[in-house]
Amino acid sequence: MLIFLLRRLLQACVVMTVISIISFVIQDSLGDPVRQMVGQSVSPAEIEQIRQEQGFNDTKFEQYTRYAKNVLQGDFGTSYFYKEPALDVILKKLPATFELAFSAIIIIIMVSIPCGIFAAIRPKNILARFLMFSSTIGLSVPIFIVGIFLLYTFSIELQWTPSFGRGDTVLVFGIWETGFLTLDGLSHLILPSFSLAIALLPMFVRLIRSEMLEVLHSEYVKYAWAKGLSPARIYFVHAFKNTMLPIITIGGIQVGTLVAYTILTETIFQWPGMGSLFLDAVNRVDSPLISAYLIVVGAIFVISNTLVDLIYGYINPTVKLASHGL
Amino acid sequence: MKVVARFITLLSLLICSASYAATLHMATDADPSSLDPHEQLSQGTLQLSHLAFDPLLRWRQDHTFEPRLATSWKSIDKLTTRFELRREVYFHSGNEFDADDVIYTVKRLKSSVEFRALFDNIKHIEKRNSHSIDIITHKQTPLLLNLMAYLFPMDKDFYQGRDDIVKFGNSFASRNLSGTGPFIITSREPGTRIEFVRNANYWDTKSKGNVDRIEFSTIKSDATRLAALLSGDVDFIFPISPLDMPRVKRSRNIQLVTLPSTRILFLQLNQNRREELKNTKVRQAINLAINQEIIVDKILKGFGTAAAQLSADDFLGHLDSLTPRFELDKARQLMREAGYEEGFKISMMAPNNRYIHDEKIAQAITAMLAKIKIRVDLKTLPKAQYFQEFDKRSADIMMLGWQSDTLDSNNIFEFIIACPDAKTGYGVYNANGYCNPNLDNRIKSANRELNPEKRIRLLQQIESTIAQDAVIVPIAWEHLAWGAKQNVNIKDVINSQDWPYLGDLVID
Repeated sequence: MLIFLLRRLLQACVVMTVISIISFVIQDSLGDPVRQMVGQSVSPAEIEQIRQEQGFNDTKFEQYTRYAKNVLQGDFGTSYFYKEPALDVILKKLPATFELAFSAIIIIIMVSIPCGIFAAIRPKNILARFLMFSSTIGLSVPIFIVGIFLLYTFSIELQWTPSFGRGDTVLVFGIWETGFLTLDGLSHLILPSFSLAIALLPMFVRLIRSEMLEVLHSEYVKYAWAKGLSPARIYFVHAFKNTMLPIITIGGIQVGTLVAYTILTETIFQWPGMGSLFLDAVNRVDSPLISAYLIVVGAIFVISNTLVDLIYGYINPTVKLASHGL
Repeated sequence: MKVVARFITLLSLLICSASYAATLHMATDADPSSLDPHEQLSQGTLQLSHLAFDPLLRWRQDHTFEPRLATSWKSIDKLTTRFELRREVYFHSGNEFDADDVIYTVKRLKSSVEFRALFDNIKHIEKRNSHSIDIITHKQTPLLLNLMAYLFPMDKDFYQGRDDIVKFGNSFASRNLSGTGPFIITSREPGTRIEFVRNANYWDTKSKGNVDRIEFSTIKSDATRLAALLSGDVDFIFPISPLDMPRVKRSRNIQLVTLPSTRILFLQLNQNRREELKNTKVRQAINLAINQEIIVDKILKGFGTAAAQLSADDFLGHLDSLTPRFELDKARQLMREAGYEEGFKISMMAPNNRYIHDEKIAQAITAMLAKIKIRVDLKTLPKAQYFQEFDKRSADIMMLGWQSDTLDSNNIFEFIIACPDAKTGYGVYNANGYCNPNLDNRIKSANRELNPEKRIRLLQQIESTIAQDAVIVPIAWEHLAWGAKQNVNIKDVINSQDWPYLGDLVID
């Protein structure tokens, strides 16, 4: 276990270094940060002077070594727009994104498991067919269309839900702004979390169904039937537990998709989280913020995959983590 | 005395506010990047300045001047103008406003990279007494009053000693603010929201404005911003995309207010890069082949004004005789005369997220120029990359929009038409390579001419020479669009500069 975690830590360091180099290389093609910060009346000579002062005229290599040195000391640079340390800006927005993703994951679990199991147990049922049909549609409709459709229906036409933002938040433990504890915060969460969930839900419904179907045809399930166990026990204890193994692996990989979709969802609903922050940073060529975001997301990937592997080991004790880890 | 004065204002405010007080929820596409009014000369900064500060004077909707912190002004001699300042005005910090604050602010403006160019001509300010100043300029200038609309006095005692203007980093002035304006910032989350409360000691007690709180949100996406208005979450939004305007017009509870802006969108034809473009006939042909009316009708959905010159309607240089012409036969004939009957290939660049539908307009122009056999190789870029290319003059045709900061034609001529000169700063955005010493002299004399009639004649002459020589291709003035609930009387507080005077906003 300890060796596994140590290996993972080493792996994480390599991943971060690679990400930081890539984020540095791509920044050149995003545009000139100085041009974003000055108005039309500033002369080219003055722009050049600002570039010189900020060190934008140094070679990429010089800039990177300077950056890397600072990062090792925990300084990720100062965001041009927010004028605060880039990491602080991102960590301040993290709760919003985390709560959005968490709600979406809860919705996915609550909906996909019953639907998937039902579609596997009663494949010929009309409801199961409908589920399969609508999941195909769900897979093929892009998230921003889903988001805008939800916004139009529930916010503009029915006026049941708020249209943008996070609503009232409460500060808990002194650092975490949560929207879970106020009615306003929860109502603001409904549309974004559902559109984020809808983006991933169909895949999980189909996945659970097909895995479950496969398991139901396996020898040990037939034996269980022959043994006369109750259907509920067969379906939900024996079959379902084995269905979960591949689902967890896929789920871990899907964290990446989830992060990518938060960028879109947050933009549609003006959710003040890390995703919309990143998109703004790209538009403004806020380089320190872009690098810091990519590194934080890299960390989230490594952590979530480590967690998935730990859970995997817990559910399936035959897996040896140390040999499985790298 | 101070105490009595404040007591009276407070009392009168109590009586006023007893009538009605309202909270305004508003959403725009961008928030100011800093609370420092001198850090960036941008729309966001100026909008904030009109909420939290007051200018010496400001433009009314008809482009005349309205006294604010200056109560009156008069010209003493060619270089000196005297301003009387308003008494019993207090900053948010409680300090009283006087001549020292104005002198301090101008000094700071002159050290700001962004505002320096505007205020360069001010030599110094002489304090006559605590509320009277003489502004002395280096050269005589007809536009001093226009500049005073950009002079928002800052609280000297509050800022002094910690007033560095820092562009890429933290500074006291970028996070703290003390102005005289109608609203005080109570909380701010950059990129997300700002909250204001009404300044209880605000000097303008005659103002009918009854907004006592503003919740200012940033919503980047056009569709979401509109949804927020339609669903009733916010009362007031801007801008509105032309695509959405029909939808807004249809809703009964929402009012749509549009005004022509003074920002001119045009194409620069680079004569330095292409021999063909040196030929006036070719440039004229390009002008005739582009149909501005169609661009306004089909792409801007009517929310624009087709242009045939650089000066907007109420600018002094505007010539009524210059109207958009679309004559394809004439254009083809000119191409023939110039010896380019078979046309040529040309490169063009345009931004795709800077001006309203900039990319679509560029594509339409590509199709229009194909009619006179000019094959355009079009590349559109996000603004962050586009302006880098613009500085390098990377294409034969480049699109640009220009808003004259002084609301005067000559500002456009100086930056776009004058021969490039790094020393004087003339022609910095000249990407057409046109250089006419004769015109330069006129631009320079228009900067000094004090006689209004002579000055108008000069500016109009410049405008007509530009049109004759077909130096650039004017396209359109965009319209600005605001949307609000019916009970929010935005019509009275908006203007073509896009600086809503929310202190005077009345909500029924």
